[in-house]
Amino acid sequence: MFGKLTWDAIPFDQPIPLAAGGIVVVVILGVVAFVAIKGWIPYLWREWITSVDHKRIGVMYVTLAAVMLLRGFIDAIMMRSQQALAFQSQGYLPPEHYNQIFSAHGTIMIFFVAMPFVIGLMNIVVPLQLGVRDVAFPTLNSVSFWLTATGALLINLSLVVGEFSRTGWLPFPPLSELTYSPDVGVDYYLWGVQISGVGTVMTGVNFVTTILKIHAPGMTYMRMPVFCWTALAANLVIVAAFPVLTATLAMLTLDRYLGFHFFTNEAGGNMMMFMNLIWIWGHPEVYILVLPAFGVFSEVVSTLSRKPLFGYRSMVWATLAICVISYMVWLHHFFTMGAGPNVNAVFGIASMIIAVPTGVKIFNWMFTMYGGRVHYASPMLWSIGFMVTFVIGGLTGVLVAVVPADFMLHNSLFQVAHFHNVIIGGVLFGMFAGYTFWFPKAFGFRLHEGWGKAAFWCWFFGFYLAFMPLYVVGLMGMTRRMQHYDVPEWRPWLLVAAVGAVVILAGILCQVTQLVVSIRHREELRDVTGDPWMGRSLEWSTSSPPPAFNFAVLPHVESRDDYWRREHAPDRRPEPEPQYHAIEMPRNSATGFVCAFFATFGGFGMIWHIWWLVILALVGAFATFVVFAWRDRTEYEIPAEEVARIDRANRLARAQARAQLQAAE
Amino acid sequence: MTAFEAGAGYGGQNRGGGADVIFGGGSEPLVAHADGSPASKRIIVGYGFWIFLLSDIVMFSAFFATYAVLSGETAGGPSGKDLFNLTNVAIETACLLLSSFTCGIASIGARARDALMYYGGMALTLLFGAAFLYFEIHELGSLIEQGAGPSRSAFLSAFFALVGCHGLHVSLGLLWLLTMVAQVFAKGYRPDILRRVLCFGLFWHTLDIIWVAIFTVVYLLGAG
Amino acid sequence: MSQSDLEILDHGDAAPGDEPAGRHEVVEGLLGYLVGLFLATLITAVAFFVAGTNLVWGPSIPIALVVLAIAQIGVHLVFFIHITTGPDNANNVLALAFGVLIVMLIIIGSLWIMANLSHNMMPMAM
Repeated sequence: MFGKLTWDAIPFDQPIPLAAGGIVVVVILGVVAFVAIKGWIPYLWREWITSVDHKRIGVMYVTLAAVMLLRGFIDAIMMRSQQALAFQSQGYLPPEHYNQIFSAHGTIMIFFVAMPFVIGLMNIVVPLQLGVRDVAFPTLNSVSFWLTATGALLINLSLVVGEFSRTGWLPFPPLSELTYSPDVGVDYYLWGVQISGVGTVMTGVNFVTTILKIHAPGMTYMRMPVFCWTALAANLVIVAAFPVLTATLAMLTLDRYLGFHFFTNEAGGNMMMFMNLIWIWGHPEVYILVLPAFGVFSEVVSTLSRKPLFGYRSMVWATLAICVISYMVWLHHFFTMGAGPNVNAVFGIASMIIAVPTGVKIFNWMFTMYGGRVHYASPMLWSIGFMVTFVIGGLTGVLVAVVPADFMLHNSLFQVAHFHNVIIGGVLFGMFAGYTFWFPKAFGFRLHEGWGKAAFWCWFFGFYLAFMPLYVVGLMGMTRRMQHYDVPEWRPWLLVAAVGAVVILAGILCQVTQLVVSIRHREELRDVTGDPWMGRSLEWSTSSPPPAFNFAVLPHVESRDDYWRREHAPDRRPEPEPQYHAIEMPRNSATGFVCAFFATFGGFGMIWHIWWLVILALVGAFATFVVFAWRDRTEYEIPAEEVARIDRANRLARAQARAQLQAAE
Repeated sequence: MTAFEAGAGYGGQNRGGGADVIFGGGSEPLVAHADGSPASKRIIVGYGFWIFLLSDIVMFSAFFATYAVLSGETAGGPSGKDLFNLTNVAIETACLLLSSFTCGIASIGARARDALMYYGGMALTLLFGAAFLYFEIHELGSLIEQGAGPSRSAFLSAFFALVGCHGLHVSLGLLWLLTMVAQVFAKGYRPDILRRVLCFGLFWHTLDIIWVAIFTVVYLLGAG
Repeated sequence: MSQSDLEILDHGDAAPGDEPAGRHEVVEGLLGYLVGLFLATLITAVAFFVAGTNLVWGPSIPIALVVLAIAQIGVHLVFFIHITTGPDNANNVLALAFGVLIVMLIIIGSLWIMANLSHNMMPMAM
């Protein structure tokens, strides 16, 4: 009746997961009860859960990422503390538990922190920068988010019901095959990642179409902000890479569920084919993460240096070059696994070549700052911190691209340090910069700058403390994912790394405090004009937060950085009030949420072999699709008077702020 | 080909001037697309679906690559030469190709609001598609009966996955076809329904393209 | 959103799969599909013939089959999906080219790597 699911699935005999799971369940129930009692559920349903507004969906993505960052970081603290303690001892985490922790850490950080953060920022910003009202397929956007949330839910469910995978964040066979992982852990991974992967592909389709086909009048491709170019490149890579992940995980699923022999030890299976396929996806994946971060830096550095971005064309070409070359380096993840020297050399050289367009970008950012009036607000600090940190990470990347060196360093902590260096220094710093930079636009008030700077310095120093020792210890020969060790030379370095993790924890606490303090003091931090940074691109011409329709009248664009040009032209005249018309916007829809509801039960049913639940879920999902297709009214109209009222308020606020500024000069 | 070849290219010249409002009903002048303004819904939906189809093709290529790599791993069991019946494959190919043609007729019928062409075309497409599935299920079933199922060897796993994935897409396509027939019947030739018919046509033709690759690489090369 | 007026103004851009709908253009459309069907059938027949015959030099058969497949895919793209090289189709062609590049990288890359691996991992002769 319930497949493989029994009461044994709940870890009554394991104190740590039991306690952790118990706390999480209590907290979630508490939050839900609080929300229900306060009467917020109708509001949440109407304004957020069924919203198809890209700004709302983006905020939900970033919120998901932030919450999952906490979970993934707790896993990291456990790993660091275990390694600090487990010198000639077993530490406090038995191997079967430790293995689940590092697997969950990686899976959560890549799929449920980095991806949602990146996609969330793109959601909030791209349509505004393009000067349009929404993405190409708003309801599809909602479905994408909710499917990602389903994946996150399933992964976290494994903490309480059953267990998680022990294979690391990529389920290499034969360990991940049924013979060696007969429990549900790998299945949780497979269905959680697969379902959220479907959501991600849909995001890719949505944004490629939006960026290529929906611009404000006059915004040709070469007038788009660089963030839109990097978003385009990242989404092209999503469309080109994620289907391979879908296929590969499907093959592993077929092996586990129906006795296929893609990657098994017997009947001709070839486990190296899994490595090959998964890294065909895996390498482009990291460029999906880092390209939008590069885009954030382009926006932040040019705005906070009060200069147009240096080398716009070369930035565009570098972005597209990275987009294409990212698909030609994947073997560098398995140099040591049997390929001959000619194959290794080709991929090693390609891996070095891809550093060149990235270098072009770094130089362009530096040349943008040079000669500008640099404002060292926290987004700028994150950008400078990125430039230093990412260059180091990139250098170690080129180092391991040298095949003989990689033979010594593969699967050591040197490799671990390298990828954390580029992901934290590149992706995470970029996301934090973007979060700080666009928070006022999304919510209408700025983040507290003092706590923001404190957070940056904690993260910056914490990162170096936590990861530089790992380079050293990797060169000394320490393998990754060790549950215990007995080499005394490694110990001091691992202790320093543990301290670093604590400093990062302080950074995270600063960020939490910053958010709380900012909300408390939101009136003092209010962004009245919609342009707190002296921005260059179109999103800063809207109010903060923008109205549902973004722009009362779609702007007519005549150059790059058109908003900056119009705001700060020497012969600037106040623009006359435009002619207002009624605006049609897409209706909210529960499709995304309902689809995810069925996906959750379908995934759970597949994991535990509850087949009737799977069938019900599939029927439900198809029914959802048909119900959505049967809608007659897909849009609602905002009358011209309402548009006028909202827009006039914004124009008044801006005019007043400008007058105050001129009076002060 | 559209009759309005302004020859302006894409994202090119800035026409300048003109009103700004695109979305929303009303009588204000509309701006042409060539100078970077938003495209119409038909273009947007068609292009978006085309991008989705390319992602689907990439997914199939992963299965193709796996098939190519594992095609020799018969683990002492039967190989393509032993198992493939080219007459069957020829019939399946004919069914799918004809269904692509009838789908084209249905597309024209939809755009021309011609009930005979639309419903007739869709009915024939359903017929040929279902025939394809019948022959394919029969083939796969008999393979399993002979002990040449997917768990026999890596070659057979790859074969069943590739052909099965395509067959699954065809099945979902037929489900979609029925939905589109029902939609036109219930709501007429509404613009949004016509857009979906356009997408369905793209999907169906792409499945035939993938079948061309399958019958060439799997069956013709495998049996020869 | 009533977009039918806007559709007229879409000069400079075309959706993949779009075809004419006016009365006289229906015949034009049908003709296109008929030609496509005829060509595709012809190429398929040749492919099946080449695969089974002794008249063609053996080692060239795989290449011939692949070339025929590419030709038939081209027929489908032009006659059924209406991809052309006109300026209004530029985005569609670019997307297709990108997709083809990725597919080639995946298939050729995988074959090359896996062949190399299996060659290097062959058991040593005792």
